[in-house]
Amino acid sequence: MTDQAQLLPGTLDLLILKAVSLGPLHGYGVLLRIGQISGRALLIEQGALYPALFRLVRQGLLTASWGTSENNRRAKFYELTTAGRKRLQEETEGWNRLAAAIGSALAAQREEV
Amino acid sequence: MKLLAYFRSLGGKFFRRSQLADDLEEELRSHIQHRADDLERTGINRAEAERQARIEFGGQERFKEECHEALGGNFIEGWINDLRYALRMLRKSPGFTFTAVVTLALAIGANAVVFAVLNALILRPLNVPQPESLWAIERKASFVDPSQSYPDYLDIRERNRSFEDLAGYTADEAGLDTGQNPSSVFIALATGNYFDVLRLQPYLGRFFHPSDEHGPNSAPYIVLTYAYWHSHFHDDPGVVGRVVQLNKHPYTILGVGPPGFHGTLLFFDIGLFVPMVNVEQIEGTSQLSARDSRWVFMVMGHLKPGVTPAQAAADLNSIGSYFEKTYPTEDGKMEFLLARPSLYGDYLGRPLRAFITALMLLAGLILLAACANLGSLFAARAADRSREVALRLALGSTRRRILRQLFTEAVLISLIGGAVGLSGGVVLLRELSVWQPMPRFPMILDVNPDAKVYIVALLLTLVSGFLFGAVPVRQVLRTNPYEVIKAGSTGAFGRRITARDVLLVLQITICGVLVTSSFVAVRGLARALHSNLGFEQQNAMLLDTQLSMAGYSGDKVLTMQKRMIDAVSAIPGVQFVGLVDQPPLHESWNPSNVFTDQTTDLRPANAASEAIQYNISPGYFQAAGTALLAGRTFTWHDDKNSPRVAVINQEFARRIFGSIPHALGGYFKLPDGARIQVVGVVQDGKYTTITEVPHPAMFLPIQQSPSAQTFLIVRSERDPQQLAAAMKSTVHELDPGLPFYIQPWTQRLDTALFGLRLAALALGVLGVMGAMLSITGIFGMAAYSVSKRMKELGIRIALGARREELLRTALGRAFRLLAFGSAAGLVLGILAARVLASLYHESPGDPLVLGGTLLAMALIGLVATWIPAQRALSIDPLILLREE
Repeated sequence: MTDQAQLLPGTLDLLILKAVSLGPLHGYGVLLRIGQISGRALLIEQGALYPALFRLVRQGLLTASWGTSENNRRAKFYELTTAGRKRLQEETEGWNRLAAAIGSALAAQREEV
Repeated sequence: MKLLAYFRSLGGKFFRRSQLADDLEEELRSHIQHRADDLERTGINRAEAERQARIEFGGQERFKEECHEALGGNFIEGWINDLRYALRMLRKSPGFTFTAVVTLALAIGANAVVFAVLNALILRPLNVPQPESLWAIERKASFVDPSQSYPDYLDIRERNRSFEDLAGYTADEAGLDTGQNPSSVFIALATGNYFDVLRLQPYLGRFFHPSDEHGPNSAPYIVLTYAYWHSHFHDDPGVVGRVVQLNKHPYTILGVGPPGFHGTLLFFDIGLFVPMVNVEQIEGTSQLSARDSRWVFMVMGHLKPGVTPAQAAADLNSIGSYFEKTYPTEDGKMEFLLARPSLYGDYLGRPLRAFITALMLLAGLILLAACANLGSLFAARAADRSREVALRLALGSTRRRILRQLFTEAVLISLIGGAVGLSGGVVLLRELSVWQPMPRFPMILDVNPDAKVYIVALLLTLVSGFLFGAVPVRQVLRTNPYEVIKAGSTGAFGRRITARDVLLVLQITICGVLVTSSFVAVRGLARALHSNLGFEQQNAMLLDTQLSMAGYSGDKVLTMQKRMIDAVSAIPGVQFVGLVDQPPLHESWNPSNVFTDQTTDLRPANAASEAIQYNISPGYFQAAGTALLAGRTFTWHDDKNSPRVAVINQEFARRIFGSIPHALGGYFKLPDGARIQVVGVVQDGKYTTITEVPHPAMFLPIQQSPSAQTFLIVRSERDPQQLAAAMKSTVHELDPGLPFYIQPWTQRLDTALFGLRLAALALGVLGVMGAMLSITGIFGMAAYSVSKRMKELGIRIALGARREELLRTALGRAFRLLAFGSAAGLVLGILAARVLASLYHESPGDPLVLGGTLLAMALIGLVATWIPAQRALSIDPLILLREE
C-alpha cells in the first residue's frame, strides 16, 4: 500500500485513454490494465473510475458497447474514438513536456545555478 | 460532434432514464463480479469474495450520482427533483406557504402597479416621431408656466435659432353640430404648422398647414383624432370633405390623425384640431394681437440637431431680454426653460415625477420589508429543519445541494407570489386605464402594462426570492450535523442579536416610515377637506357652458347671460343664482397684475401684486356663499356706463391697502391702465389649489368685464337630480343649440381634490400594507420564539412564575424589537414626510400624526403578539414535560 502513489488530479482521464488505446476493455479491465502498465504503483479508487469513463464517453473520446468478457460475463467494453486517439496524443506530449521540465528542474545542482 | 453527443446523452437521460439507471446498475454489478472472480481465485469463498469486492468498490450510490452528473443534464434533473421536493414541502405547511405567497403577491403587485404608472407617465415617450428632441418652452414666472401670448409666440418662432420650428396650441371646448344634436367636444386650437412640427402623417385625408392660414378666421378646417373619428363617426372614411357646424360656423373636415395620437398632453383626450387663427369663431373674442394675454397653452418644437436644451434656453433668454426692452408694459422680464410637453411641462411634471418616484421608493420599501419578513420566516423554518439538514449532510449530501434546495423553495414561493401579485396588478391597471376620475373632462391614462412592466416584475420577483432565500444561508453553512443530531434543535436559542432580529427591526422601521407617511397624507387630506374654501359647495349646482359654442359674441353674450340668470332664478326652490366666468378651484384661473393708484409706469416689475381675477354677476357672492365683510356687492347698474368698480378679498386689501377700512373706496389699477374703485371686501378663499397660501383676488362686474365662459352657481335645497333636470329644460328652452354641463359643486370639487385624494389613497394603501407586514412579521417572530421556548416556559410555570413574568420572558424580546423599530421608523418617517408635507402643507411634527403613528404601532404589536401570548399563558407544564 505504502509504495502506491496518489494520482495527480486530471491524470486519471489520461491513464484511462492510454489503457483503452491498447485494446478495448471493460471497466474492471481498465483498472487491471492501469495497474499492469504502471507496475501497480498507482492507487485508483474503483468506483471513481466510472464517473471518469462516463465523462469521456460524453466528450466523445470513448465509445461503449455491451459484450462478453473473458470470464464469460456480460460487460460494457470501452473503445477509443478518433477524437480520443488525438486527445491521448496531445495529452501524452503535454505530460512528457511537463515531466521533462519538472525532472530537469528537480535535477538542478547548486553549481548549475 | 461533441455538441451532438452532449445532446444525445442529455436527451437520452430524459427519455431513457430508467434504462440508463439499469445500464449503470448492471455495469457496476459486472465490475464487482469480475473483481469477485479475481478474489475467488486467491482462495476466498464466493460470498466472502463478493462482500469484499463491494467494500473495495466504495459507496455505490455516490458514484452512481457522479456518473449521472458526468453525463451532463444533471443540473436540470436535480433541479426538477428540488422543485418537486419544494412543492411537497410547501404543501406540507400550507399556512406558511399562504402567508409567504400573499405577502409577496401584495408587495410585488404594489410594485408592478406603481412601476406601470411610472412607466406610463414618465418613462414612456410621447407617441410622436422622435419624441426625444421635442421640447416645450416654459416661462419662469411665480410658478413655471408654459403659456405664451400669440404675438410673443410668433416672435419666438421667428427669432430663435435653436428649434427647427415651433408650434403652439391651446385646448378649449366647442359645440359640434353634425346635423343631429349639437354636443360639446374638447378641441385643440393649433397653429397651422402643428402637425408638421410634430412630424405626423394623417391616417385619412390631410392635415392643415401654414399655407391654409390667411389671417383671422381664414381656415375653417377640422382634423379629427383617430379615437374621436372612431367613436363619433364610426370609422366612416366619407367624413373627409364633410362640412359640419362648429360653434355655429361651417367647418370642413380635412382628415383624421394617426391612431393613438390624442394631442401632446399625455392624460388629456382631444377630439379634434382647429387652426388657431380661427380662435375668434371658437372663443367669441380674438386675442391674436394681444401681447399681454397668454392664452396659448403651450409652445413646443424639435430642437435642431446638436442643440442642447440649455443652449436653447440661453437663446430664448436673449429673446426674453428683447421682449423686456421692446414691450416693457406687456412682457416685462422673461426667462425661459425647456420641459417635456407631455405632462404640462414642469408645472405638473415636476410634482408628479417627485410623487411617483417617492411612491416607487415606498413600494420598494414594502418589497424590502416583505423580503425581510419572509427572510426571518425562512430562517426560522431552516432552524426548525436543522435536523433534516444535518441528516442530509451526514448522509453525504453537499451543502451546495442543500442550499440549492432552499433557494429553489424561496424562488418557487416568490414566483408564485409574483404571478399572483402581477395578475392582480394587471387587473387593477386595466381598471385604472379606463377610469374617468373627472366626468367633466375626457381623461385618458393608458397605464396598461407593457413588456417593461413584466420584465421588472419578474426581476423583482427573482431578486426578492434570492434575497429572502439568502437569509438562512449562513445558518446552513454553519450546521454541524453531529452537534445538531446529538443535541436536538432546541438548544440554539441564545441571547445574542441574530440576523432575524436585525431583519425584524429593519422591517418594523420600514413599516413605521410607511405608516407615518400615510398618516401625514390622510391627515393632510382631512385638513384640506375641512379648510375654509371661501365658499359653500354644499347645496349648490354648477351649470357651465361657453356661450361662443352657440355663436354668441359681443353684447349678445351679456344679454343671454342675464336671460339665463333670470330663467334659472324662476325655477321653484332656487334661492340664489350667480354667474362667474370660472369658479374658484377651477382647473384654470386668470391671474392679473395690479398696481397701486400712484403707479404710472405700468410695467410688470412695478406691479404691487398679482391678483386672481373673477368676472361675476350681481348675486354671485350670495349664490357662492362667500361672506361680504365690508362695503357692498354689485348691482346690474354697475355697467359699462358707470365707473369701474371691484370687490376684493381680505388678502388683496391687506397687501395693497394695508387694511379693510383703507381699501374701501380706494383705487387700484389694472395693466391696461383702468382705474378701479374698491366697493366691497369679501372673505379669503382657496382659488388655485386647496393647499395654496392666501392669494389676493378681485371680483369685477361681468357688465364691465365680459366673458363668454359662463358658470351659473345655483343655490337651492332641492333634490340635486330634480334641480338639474329643471335647470336643463330651462336652459334648453332658452337656446336648444347651446351645449352645457350640469353637476353639483361638490362633485366638481372632486376634480380639484383629485390629486390629494389619489395621493392619500396610494399612501394609505401602502401604509396598510406596511402595517400588515409588520403584524405578520412580529407574529411570526413571537410565535416562533414562544414555540422554541415551550419547555423553558413550562418549567417556569411549574416553578410558579406569574403571568406577567411569563409574558415578559416570552414576548419581551418581540416588544423591545418593536419599540426600537417603531422609534427608528417614526424618525425616518417624519423625515420622509417632509416631502409629503410640501404637498399637503402639513407640518410633519403634527402631534396627531405622531400620536397616531405610535398608537398604530402599539396596536400592531398588540394584535401581532396576542395569539403567541395566549399560547404562552395556556402552556400546561404537565403535558409539556410528559411530551418531552
